[in-house]
Amino acid sequence: MMTLQQMILLIPGIPLFAFLMLGLFSKKIPGNYAATAGTILMGVTTVLSCFVAFGYFTAFGKIDGIYQPMIPFLYHWLPLTDLLEINMGILLDPISALMLFVVSFISLMVHIYSMAYMKDESRIAVYYAFLSLFTFAMLGLVMASNIFQLYIFWELVGLSSFLLIGFYYQKPAAVRAAKKAFIVTRFADLGMLIGILIISYEGKSLDFISLIDHFTNSPQQISGTFLGIASLQWALALIFIGGAGKSALFPLHIWLPDAMEGPTPVSALIHAATMVVAGVFLIARLFPVYAIAAPVLLEGIGYVGALTALFAAIIACTQTDIKRILAYSTMSQIGYMILALGVAGYGAESGLGFTASLFHLFTHALFKALLFLCAGAIIHYVHSNEMRDMGGLKKLMPITHLCFLIGCLAIAGIPPFAGFFSKEEMLFAAYQHNRIIYFVSLFTAGLTAFYMFRLYFSIFWNKPFQQHHSHHGEGGPAMMLPLIVLGIGSVSAGFIPFGKWVSSDGRPLISHFHLSFSILPVLLSLAGIAIAAFYFFKKKETVETTVNAMGGLFRVAKGKFYIDEIYQFVTKKIIFNFIAKPAAWIDKNLIDGLVNAMGNSTVSLSNHIKGIQSGKIQMYAGIFLIGVIGLAILAIYYWN
Amino acid sequence: MTLEPGLYHLLTISTGLFFIGVYGFLTRKNLVTMLMSIELILNSVNLNFIAFNKYLWPHRLDGVFFTLFVIAIAAAEAAVAISIVINIYRNNRSINVEQTEEMKY
Repeated sequence: MMTLQQMILLIPGIPLFAFLMLGLFSKKIPGNYAATAGTILMGVTTVLSCFVAFGYFTAFGKIDGIYQPMIPFLYHWLPLTDLLEINMGILLDPISALMLFVVSFISLMVHIYSMAYMKDESRIAVYYAFLSLFTFAMLGLVMASNIFQLYIFWELVGLSSFLLIGFYYQKPAAVRAAKKAFIVTRFADLGMLIGILIISYEGKSLDFISLIDHFTNSPQQISGTFLGIASLQWALALIFIGGAGKSALFPLHIWLPDAMEGPTPVSALIHAATMVVAGVFLIARLFPVYAIAAPVLLEGIGYVGALTALFAAIIACTQTDIKRILAYSTMSQIGYMILALGVAGYGAESGLGFTASLFHLFTHALFKALLFLCAGAIIHYVHSNEMRDMGGLKKLMPITHLCFLIGCLAIAGIPPFAGFFSKEEMLFAAYQHNRIIYFVSLFTAGLTAFYMFRLYFSIFWNKPFQQHHSHHGEGGPAMMLPLIVLGIGSVSAGFIPFGKWVSSDGRPLISHFHLSFSILPVLLSLAGIAIAAFYFFKKKETVETTVNAMGGLFRVAKGKFYIDEIYQFVTKKIIFNFIAKPAAWIDKNLIDGLVNAMGNSTVSLSNHIKGIQSGKIQMYAGIFLIGVIGLAILAIYYWN
Repeated sequence: MTLEPGLYHLLTISTGLFFIGVYGFLTRKNLVTMLMSIELILNSVNLNFIAFNKYLWPHRLDGVFFTLFVIAIAAAEAAVAISIVINIYRNNRSINVEQTEEMKY
């Protein structure tokens, strides 16, 4: 029997081992062996994670009925000063136990699915190596015991995301998307790094537990201010910017839709279920600090979340690439999680938003991974991402159809599917706290149902499917098994008594079910579904006329509100012209000029004096003699 | 007046010998002649050693030993130098010092 410490070290250790083995011997191992080995190792990790997570929730996590954060492993890594020490440790608390389960479970599903989806790929060993690297980094991130360690894994996660988006490196679009994702998130991470430096300075520590302790017990001790705002507020805002970059919140969202150039299982794992919720995780990790020391900032974060949710939902209604629609829906749902955090307070009933947010993170991971994997199966079948190439797939892909329908119902918040419970909690928290956010999220809930069912009807009904190519089935058991497992999860996850396990202060939170309250969102969702059915159940001309009637509004939404163009304008026209060009001029003319001048003057000087080196021995000897005589005269007449 | 040779006589001779050697080294174009000039310089130094030893510290032998060393080293140096001169001759078909300029800048 292994101890907890051994188990918890194996959880990130096994994926790291898999990454090293598959990465180092990627040319030697046959592809299907690599896939099998990667999947089996991931399976072991998942079993261990489940064991630890459920053990934490049911057995050893509670002391006096309150979940305690515990550190089963700590390594003193860099003792810099007496106060500042960078450790490598593992922190186990309800959030990390939850994330442990989510990350390893979704990762296992994606590993299994990829065995079928990627089987014709020649670089499958490299693919599995990257997946393992990602899993290692993500598990390390969620269990990090201090914010610096979290930052290290945060960057590793970004790196593996970059590698996997650019997996099809022969495709220029994939390369561009990978670069864009890396640069945008890296830019946001700069904010986070500065935030970490400030918060560690103010809090005299990097460890989460002591940081939270320090700021929740003595928030008034913060001395430094900048532009009239306390440095702690700056630190928390900057850390949030890092989270916003990773979680694709407005206006740092531009990389996520493009990231869909990566393989579809990767989109399911990284860009839907796990990595993009890292921002939510980060806020949740530091939640007591946000809630107690910076409630105004938290409120603002809530508004950012609401704006993102609405904004992404509107764009999702107009797109035609199915993966992009799912990407925008991911953005929208992450916006929901953030807004739920924004309306939460610390402790007891006011912490409902916190619980709801993480509950939604959990259910969203299940149903969004399900939707993406279904989309992968559909793309595999149709060989296209475009909605217009689909339609009428209901009879041809029965299992996928059923699973996709479950996913759509779950995300639309129809009872009794998983999304209903988490969304209802979030809406209730918003309703209690902030009516503006509540109405925005209510409207978004309707929109969500509309665009998801637009997608559903367009893929599976709409028109008979035109067969262009030989028929090859839905994709085999390795692709269908994860769909079925995730489908079952999406149906049943809502019944988990989530508030008992995860709450803002560790005390069990009994969430009541408000029947009268939940009628309105459900009705709105049903209305969204009905509208989608009216337009997209059969191919109709009315779609065109409605689009034309909306005119400019539709074009703006289809153009994604021209955010990409604004970025292009700002970078190309303003930054390139007014900062980059002068900087390049200075670099070329002043700095290079100085260096070149030094080099050139040395060359010309040595050209002038090289004649002394004539190669004539007697001249050397003569000069030597003159020198000796000179020195002798000096020594005789001028010494002393 | 009998001319008893003293330290100054010997030093005068050795100085003359030295500068003759230096002059020869600087002006002759034949490498072997230049070598011979070096031998003159060395011998003037030897003469100095002997003279100082005899007139200043007559009970000691340091100067004599040094002279023996210098003679031994001069022999070795002559052997090395002659072999270099032979190689130069093989390359240039001449031992004129003005034609050995390959080592310039």
